[in-house]
Amino acid sequence: MSLLEVKNLQVRVEDREILHGLSLTVNPGEVHAIMGPNGSGKSTLSHVIAGKPGYEVTGGEILFKGENLLEMAPDERAAKGVFLAFQYPVEIPGVATMNFLRTALNAQRKARGESEYSTPDFLKKVREVAKSLNIPQDMLKRGVNVGFSGGEKKRNEILQMALFEPSLCILDEMDSGLDIDALRIAADGVNALRSPDRAMVVITHYQRLLNYIVPDFVHVMSKGRVVKSGGKELALELEESGYARFEDAA
Amino acid sequence: MPAVQETVDRVRRIDVDQYRYGFETVIESEKAPKGLSEDTVRFISAKKNEPAWMLEWRLEAYRRWLTMTEPTWARVDYPRIDYQDLYYYSAPKPKKQLSSIDEIDPEILKTYEKLGIPLREVAVLEGVVKPQAEGEEAAPARSKIAVDAVFDSVSVATTFKEELKKAGVIFMPISEAIREHPELVQKYLGSVVPTSDNYFATLNSAVFSDGSFVYVPPGVRCPMELSTYFRINERNTGQFERTLIIADKGSYVSYLEGCTAPQRDENQLHAAVVELVAHDDAEIKYSTVQNWYPGNSEGVGGIYNFVTKRGDCRGVNSKISWTQVETGSAITWKYPSCILRGDNSRGEFYSIAISNGYQQVDSGTKMIHLGKNTTSRIISKGIAAGKSQNTYRGLVTAHRKATGARNYTACDSLLIGDKCGAHTVPYVEAKNSSATFEHEATTSKISEDVLFYCIQRGLSQEEAVGLVVNGFVKDVLQQLPMEFAVEAQKLISISLEGSVG
Repeated sequence: MSLLEVKNLQVRVEDREILHGLSLTVNPGEVHAIMGPNGSGKSTLSHVIAGKPGYEVTGGEILFKGENLLEMAPDERAAKGVFLAFQYPVEIPGVATMNFLRTALNAQRKARGESEYSTPDFLKKVREVAKSLNIPQDMLKRGVNVGFSGGEKKRNEILQMALFEPSLCILDEMDSGLDIDALRIAADGVNALRSPDRAMVVITHYQRLLNYIVPDFVHVMSKGRVVKSGGKELALELEESGYARFEDAA
Repeated sequence: MPAVQETVDRVRRIDVDQYRYGFETVIESEKAPKGLSEDTVRFISAKKNEPAWMLEWRLEAYRRWLTMTEPTWARVDYPRIDYQDLYYYSAPKPKKQLSSIDEIDPEILKTYEKLGIPLREVAVLEGVVKPQAEGEEAAPARSKIAVDAVFDSVSVATTFKEELKKAGVIFMPISEAIREHPELVQKYLGSVVPTSDNYFATLNSAVFSDGSFVYVPPGVRCPMELSTYFRINERNTGQFERTLIIADKGSYVSYLEGCTAPQRDENQLHAAVVELVAHDDAEIKYSTVQNWYPGNSEGVGGIYNFVTKRGDCRGVNSKISWTQVETGSAITWKYPSCILRGDNSRGEFYSIAISNGYQQVDSGTKMIHLGKNTTSRIISKGIAAGKSQNTYRGLVTAHRKATGARNYTACDSLLIGDKCGAHTVPYVEAKNSSATFEHEATTSKISEDVLFYCIQRGLSQEEAVGLVVNGFVKDVLQQLPMEFAVEAQKLISISLEGSVG
């Protein structure tokens, strides 16, 4: 069974149709890159999969592990293994990162009928993961993303990805706002999480990120559809010729 | 209370409501005749076996009250209160004279058990495990808390009296203190909130029935937290408690206050007065978790909470700190204040005021700088949800002679949804040029993006709101004693249930 099956998805925001029949199939272990110009509907796709309010699905369906994803509340999707790494992670003042991580992890475990982590077990786990991502302990005591640099915010997203162990990771414009060193650290973190039972959907503007996170498949989106799919070489092709050619195809 | 008996389906109402303390205790009670007159005042005074001076004091207040009018400046709206349609005194009918806690009506003990207030000292001593708060620190063993429990108009039990006595601390119902320590009561009662102070305080002076009295002698650090737990049970009954706390030179005391009431579809009046006096180098920390019944989801019923709380930093280097978590009551009218009379004295006000449903909150503080180099700090967090209105009203003033006065005020409001309102009404007056007053205010809406971020991480909508709000109020929660902070955090989440979505 495929992990994620998006079939002929049509989505409106207010009066505008953004996705006009998008299809995508993702199997466990695969890394898919979705590329496309601004306004092609990349972020809309990621938001609809995660269940962000404000989008109206007017046609098509999304199956996750064979179940109808669109019928699930967003927190239910999270508990089932859907993780969205945000393009712009929000700040939550006064809520210590550590406290946030524990609350979220235990909420997911509870929803799956698993026992909650004890404090010592949890701390041990977080410290291990944080260390591997080069995240200082001090950062975990600060408010969620409050005063974090762009790189720190993205590392915090990857930290959560590592902790929650989702089966589907959607990375929305992970490279935005990162310098080359920060990008490398973030990409290393993501690569460490690649595994045969986890799939990733990497949404990006630029080929640059795909030098670090090498995808199995590349899809080009334009005007709310996937207009071309191929292997990793497609990204390089795009880098040379630009999106214009595909926009015509759409 | 006016007969605001609305014909709302009782069963449905109970279904909708989230209030967890809304049960009623069925006991026999003894009441004063309905309505307010000199006879009512005499009745209460006689019930308490009060000396003549006390009755005179009350009658004077009553006569003055007759000449006063109810204030209308607060941003709250409620039907006129019919003061003749109320009971001013209600006490659980004693089966016999009580000599130990075992003789208290078991129904009342059960009530406090349900509320989680241990009246048996042994129960407190056994409760050594407490929930862990924030991550890594190991929890300290639960500290002892002495409790004075006030049920309607009378104090039903005070715990740990003996142990406190050894330290020289007096902690007893004020009705007992009037008889046993008349010199202290006469000296301090009304010295911070005079009988003429305001409509509700004057009413309280005439008819107050019980409350707590604390005296901490010079140089004594009170060995445990003191606490009063107020419960209104009886129908159509006002609660008028009076609390008086005196910290003598160089002493320290921390006092906690909690309140609940059954859920009823009429409104109940609560008009309390709290007076604090801190002498030279003394410190009083006063914390409140107010969770009176707020009315149902359609705005029917709930407590009218008109409270006058004031602390007098009478001595040099004295300090008074108010911390309040206000989640209950249909109407809150409350401004815990500090008079900074002693040089170098310090006043603090930390407040979390949450309103949901149809609640109306008008609360804040007054910092009155009279002495030299006095400092004050105000941190107010207002959270409005549902169709509620939440107003911060504050006054910071420096007298001509209060050179070097400093104040820092931060008022933050958070709105949940688009049918509620938050208002900030600060008054600042400096009558000398050396005063430094800073005021910061923010109003924000709880952002959809922040909520979605939390929900994407697995939190439910309500957990997400609770988390964000707890972050918003963290600076104030930190001021509460540990046991209360954990309690307050839970309370905040409960009172916001159903506020979104």
